[in-house]
Parts: sequence; structure tokens; C-alpha cells
Amino acid sequence: MNILPPFDLLPTLLVGLKVTIQLTILSSILAFFVSFFVGFCRLSKYKIVRIISTIYVEFFRGTSMLVQLFWVYFVLPVFGLDFSAMHAGILVLGLNFGAYCSEVVRSAILAIPKTQTEAGISLNMTSTQIMSKIVLPQAFVIMLPSYGNYLIELLKCTALVSLITLNDLMFQGVLLNSSTFRTIEIYSLVLVMYFLLAYPLTLGVRWFERKFSEGRA
Amino acid sequence: MWNWDFAFSIMPQLLKALRITILATLLGFTLACILGLLLALGRRSTIKPLSMLIGGFIEFVRSTPLLAQLYFVFYVFPKFGLTLTPLVAGVLTLGVHYSTYLSEVYRAGIDAIPRGQWEAATALNFSRARIWLNIIIPQAVPPVVPVMGNYLIGMFKDTPLLSAITLVEILQSAKIIGSLTFRYTEAITIVGVLFLILSYVSSLGVQKLEVRLNRRSLL
Repeated sequence: MNILPPFDLLPTLLVGLKVTIQLTILSSILAFFVSFFVGFCRLSKYKIVRIISTIYVEFFRGTSMLVQLFWVYFVLPVFGLDFSAMHAGILVLGLNFGAYCSEVVRSAILAIPKTQTEAGISLNMTSTQIMSKIVLPQAFVIMLPSYGNYLIELLKCTALVSLITLNDLMFQGVLLNSSTFRTIEIYSLVLVMYFLLAYPLTLGVRWFERKFSEGRA
Repeated sequence: MWNWDFAFSIMPQLLKALRITILATLLGFTLACILGLLLALGRRSTIKPLSMLIGGFIEFVRSTPLLAQLYFVFYVFPKFGLTLTPLVAGVLTLGVHYSTYLSEVYRAGIDAIPRGQWEAATALNFSRARIWLNIIIPQAVPPVVPVMGNYLIGMFKDTPLLSAITLVEILQSAKIIGSLTFRYTEAITIVGVLFLILSYVSSLGVQKLEVRLNRRSLL
């Protein structure tokens, strides 16, 4: 098959693109669950749970993500925990963004007026019912744009896993460069491909935000 | 598994590399602050093509990974005759990348200035340059300083990426130690701890700053 340059590079890069998308989806699912769990823990009535979850958040937000990746990939095997590059990537991205997004969950729940909870109590609802039927449906709408923005950030951060030898888009680019030396075409294509992946998400988040703020001033 | 003697013996080397990390952060942030303001002003320009061009540039830089940009600057620019050292390429990329974020921060600050300020300045027949320099920017920047501080911390945590373009900053030097001695545990753990301490202390600083600025705006 004859494809005009620079598009003959695409098949190799598309292999990486698939890994990037896979990693983004899997780690965002992990991050979603972690963020809810930690977000609720930070609002817990037990002080010890609040302290532990705060330490978790501060720890992941305070250390560099790349350092965390290296730590999981190079140090944990010493202690007998061996991860494949893919698993290490999912784990670190998920835990890291879970920590960031837990703040989104926490602040969204706190943003729901107290009167909503009180109304639930006066209707004799259980606290689970109040949370799942009254508070969360309202808080979730507030969370969505922030989640969207973090999803875009996460997508960009997946490029880091190339440094722990996972063959994502960035890694394939570097690999291709070392065998063909067509540096300009390769790195430009990689940039454009990431842009084409991330920009629709950005537009989607904006569209949602506009739609959400309609008639609410 | 953990050897304290070894940990202490590599400390000087890591602390020396930490200086490069901090240097790259500060230089990059200075660049980002200046360029970010210029981008924010250019974005508001009445010359349509200019503001659209800058808008497109901001969107593109914000939508692509920092790592991909680093590779691009470090490996593609030389093909056009512009060879940069790892530090210069790193500072340049970090600065430009974060300037697009900071331009949004400035924009928020500028948008928060009441219309009356513009009108008063116009009524007093101030020139455009004078309105910006003496009226708008001095009011727009202080409220957004804490946000900028958060970006400074974010940038600090992104500097390990420069190890990918062969800059010997703290993570790279930990990797070198690891590959020479086959002991990654101490080196990488110390790097993580140093990052945690430094960014936690600076985030406390930012919080303090925020409280102080809030108090001043209430007066």
C-alpha cells in the first residue's frame, strides 16, 4: 500500500493512539470511583476518616505525578509488588486524578444549600435517601464541567507513561523517530493527534457549561 | 530494602539537582507571567486577526501534552537551525505552556474590573497605554495572585518532565543514581519526599497570601 508521507507514519502512531485512549478511559473510571469515595470520606463525621483522606489528597497533590509513576514502576517491585507499565499507569493516573477530583465532589456536595437536606429530614427520609435522591442529583450537575476539564488534563497526562516504557502515542512517536529520523513530521503529527483528541472534549465541556447556565444567570 | 547510609550518601547529589529544578521553575514562571499577560492583552486586541491567532495558539497549546511540546521544541527546532540546550528548551516550553494558562487567569482578573473604571479613565482623557498600566493592571493582578501561586506549584511539579529532554534535574539525577547502583528505592523515594515537602510548604504560603489579600480587599 502506498501512502503519501507524512501519512505513512500513521499506522505506527495509531497503535499508540489506541493505547492512549484505552489508558485514558480506564484510568478515568478508576479516578471517578476514587474521587467519590475520597470526597465522601472527607465529609465523614469521623475525624480519623477525614484526616486519613486529607493526607491521601495532600500526598497525591503534593508530589509530582512523574515521580509517582517512577516510584510505582521502579520502587514497588523491590517490595514484591510488580506492575506492568499499563497497570502502573492506570493506578497512578487514577489515584492522582482521584485525589484532585475528590475536591470537586466535596465542594459540589457542600454547595447544595442546607435547606435541601432539612426538607428531606422533615419528609422523614433516611440519610441515604437524602443523599441519593436530593443532594447527589443536584451536586452531580455542578460536578460535570469540572470532571470534563479534569478528563482533558488526564488525557494530556497519559503522555507521561511513555517514560515508563508503555507504548502510547508519545512512546510510538519517540520510537519511530529513533528509527526513521523524520523528526519534524513525527513530532508535529503527534502534537496534532493529541490536539484532535483533546479539543473535541474541550468544546464538549464548553457546550455543556453554556447549556447548564442557560436561564440561571 | 532501605539503607539509611546509602540514602544519606546520595543526598548531596540530589540536593544539587534540586537547585536545577528550582531554577527551571523560577525562570519558566517568570517567562510565563510576562508572556501570559501579553497573551491576555493580545487576546483582547481590536485587530481581529491578531486576537484570533492568539486565541488559536492558546487553544492548541492547552490541548496538547507538555511532554509532546518538550520533544517538539528540543528535537524539531534544531532542524530549523535553532539548537537549544536542555535547560533553555525546558524553560521556554514550560514558560510558554503555562503562559496560556496564566493568560486565562489574567483575563479573569481584567474582566472583574468594573466598567466604571474604564469610563472614568476615558473621561479623564488617559491614553490607552496609561489606562492599562496605571488603572487596569494594578487592580486586575493582585486578586489573582493566589491562583498564580497555585500554577507556580503546578509548574514545579511538572519540571521532572524535563528529564525526558536529558536535563539533569532532580528526577533524572535519581535515575542516574539508580542505574549506576541498581538501587532505585532510596533515590526516587527521597525525590518524592522533597517534592511533597516543598509543594506543601508553598501551598501553605499561597493560602496565607490568599487570606491576607482577602483581608485587604475587605478594608
